Amino acid sequence: MAKFVAKTGNEAMAEAMRQINPDVVAAYPITPATEVVMIFAKYVADGLVNTEYVPVESEHSAMSACVGASAAGGRVMTGTSSQGLVYMYEILPIASALRLPIVMCEVNRAISGPINIHCDHSDTMAARDFGWIQIFSENSQEAYDSLIQAVRIAENHDVLLPTMVTTDGFIISHCLDKIEVLDDKDITAFIGKDRKPNNSLLDLDKPTTLGSIDLQDYYFEHRVQVAEAIKNSKKTIIEVANEFAKKFGRQYGLIEEYKLADADYAIVALGSTCGTAKVVIDELRAKGIKAGLLKIRVYRPFPAEEIAQALSKIKNVAVLDRADGWAGQGGPAYAEIKAALYKSKTPPKMINFVYGLGGREIDKDQLAHVYDCLKNIEQQPDVQYLGVRE
Amino acid sequence: MVTLKELSTRPEPLTGGHRMCPGCGAPIIVRQVLLAAKDPVVVVSATGCLEVSTTIFPFTAWKVPFLHNAFENSAATASGVEAAYHSLKRQGRFDKNIQIVAFGGDGGTYDIGFQSLSGAMERGHDLLYVCYNNEAYMNTGVQRSGATPKGATTTTAPAGKVSQGKLQWRKDLTEIMVAHELPYVAQATTGNWADLTKKAEKAFATRGPKFINVLQPCRLGWGYRPEDTAVLGRLAFETCFWPIYEVENGVYKVTKPRDKKPVAEFLKTQERFRHLFKPGNEQLLADIQQGVDAHWAKLLAKEAMTAGVKK
Amino acid sequence: MSQQKKPGWKELAIGDILPAGTAEKFETGDWRSERPTWHPERCIHCLFCWVNCPDTSIIVENGKMTGIDMKHCKGCGICAKECPVKPDKAITMGPER
Repeated sequence: MAKFVAKTGNEAMAEAMRQINPDVVAAYPITPATEVVMIFAKYVADGLVNTEYVPVESEHSAMSACVGASAAGGRVMTGTSSQGLVYMYEILPIASALRLPIVMCEVNRAISGPINIHCDHSDTMAARDFGWIQIFSENSQEAYDSLIQAVRIAENHDVLLPTMVTTDGFIISHCLDKIEVLDDKDITAFIGKDRKPNNSLLDLDKPTTLGSIDLQDYYFEHRVQVAEAIKNSKKTIIEVANEFAKKFGRQYGLIEEYKLADADYAIVALGSTCGTAKVVIDELRAKGIKAGLLKIRVYRPFPAEEIAQALSKIKNVAVLDRADGWAGQGGPAYAEIKAALYKSKTPPKMINFVYGLGGREIDKDQLAHVYDCLKNIEQQPDVQYLGVRE
Repeated sequence: MVTLKELSTRPEPLTGGHRMCPGCGAPIIVRQVLLAAKDPVVVVSATGCLEVSTTIFPFTAWKVPFLHNAFENSAATASGVEAAYHSLKRQGRFDKNIQIVAFGGDGGTYDIGFQSLSGAMERGHDLLYVCYNNEAYMNTGVQRSGATPKGATTTTAPAGKVSQGKLQWRKDLTEIMVAHELPYVAQATTGNWADLTKKAEKAFATRGPKFINVLQPCRLGWGYRPEDTAVLGRLAFETCFWPIYEVENGVYKVTKPRDKKPVAEFLKTQERFRHLFKPGNEQLLADIQQGVDAHWAKLLAKEAMTAGVKK
Repeated sequence: MSQQKKPGWKELAIGDILPAGTAEKFETGDWRSERPTWHPERCIHCLFCWVNCPDTSIIVENGKMTGIDMKHCKGCGICAKECPVKPDKAITMGPER
């Protein structure tokens, strides 16, 4: 039976991992993601899962071992954050090119330097172009639900792409939240007991070479296959979300609209900030201000059409980026949303706020200030840093 | 000890039609190691000559399951394969016995893959790591590695007017593997199939992490005629430039050449050492001989020291 | 153009995967500048040539050498060098025709 319990984001992800019961987990400790694999290691030690746990000597080896285990046909998971994800970067596009459905718990944390252990999205954002599906979570429940869905999405034979589900470091990872934990049997039934790979290194009757060298004559075709898979994964993500909603009652999509339909002023955000924004919107609405939110849940594939559609009737929009794009034009979400709106006949006026770097607090007052700025958007600079001292 | 006749009846792990240089030692090592396995093998390879030349899409020379991930992570990748194998076997989803073999060149093993190798060996995965050691980064055009011997010229430590190639002694990776307390560590060369095959057989019969460091003459990087690949392996052994030995659970067994030849007899066969024989480099040559002698003496002392130890 | 004969991304198996041993179809015999000749009458079938061949080009059947795969042999000459038969070796090298 499903039950309501208090869990931190890390505990929720570890619990989902126990229920997913992967064949192999290879991971390395890093704040604030360590707990996920630490809790899971205890499940292994207590014989609660079938998993072979590989306590590697680095994140680079974690992702490398995941590639090996997944190529051998296993259902494979890992968890990391920040520098750990950065250390994996070299292997991330190999995992997607080899079409290995590895699922990762990624806890968003600022990347060095200077070294910082707190939340921003710079680690995940910098990994956005490696052919991984990326799902952001607003809270522990979403992280838990999305991790379960991620297994189905990644392993779908029309997709076969590695998938990361992210939470926000400390804000979600370490804060207790009431979540509904589903029944073990229901999860097994939902994801399927075992992964059903098309081919495996352990298929001795059908030996294969995986990871050969592609030169000018084949590399392009294999990369286009990944591009197509990422594009087509939207359909699978939605199908899996709909089936999840039917079975377990919580509906997810690529994006989520909160009081957006009739909004004059909207912000676009990802992750835990959306929760705060919803409270601010309710307060502003009580004052008669038509505020709304567009939450991006799935960042890769990028839901460009869905975002363009959702923002088509909004007058003024502020995109909130918890990462800088280091391009002199604001954050990555802003740049991509601008591109998504390029062909819109009714594009909104739009500005960007880069906020919360290195765990800098984002509170209701700051978000209310953003909505205030939207009232006189003409006077606002294109990109602002919110909450920074000058 | 398996006979050649018996070996020749086993399934061939590697086809012709790969793009390694004529006379390359690496595929010889691959064949001699893999043919020694009685169980099916699954191979992981680091980026390098072996991998790029044997898997140019759509042509793969591997007849056994093969995975390439990246340059520095064949040990970690193989450890993941091993973990999945054990997991599936434990769950009753796979019922065969296999041998997992990782190959890496000296660059991918001594240098960039060192951490990955150390980690995988320390974790005790049941796999055999084979370094095909040609003593430089041959795939990228003969650059210096941690395995390059003192005095050798490479494209990043070339012999010139004021410098005589690599100035440092090479890293003794085999001894570093011994220090990992592995159940089986060995050194071998090309040109002695019986020795290498026997060592591979021993490794396959041993559960846990195994490491074999095989000296692989590289005609391109070393500069010699391609037919001499086996000869040079033997000469490296006969001069003690590359001792062949094994360490089983800490106990050394060193194969001694009948007559230990001067190292110059090995060095003079190769372009990479040619400058050492120019006037003015006598001392360097003497230093190399002294280094080889000291290393050999230490090895014999280790053998004597561990002679009575229970394996 | 040969480019047109190659499969497109829709036809290729996904994920850079290949069935084993396709390199057999790739011939490297034209790399040779020297050519091995096998003299069966001298051959003692020790298989030293076979075990030392980097190109898997010594053909062995039922434990006996039966020939050289000239489609793949690159002419490195290791087989001739390692042949122990004296005074005349069972494999000799000569210029490629």
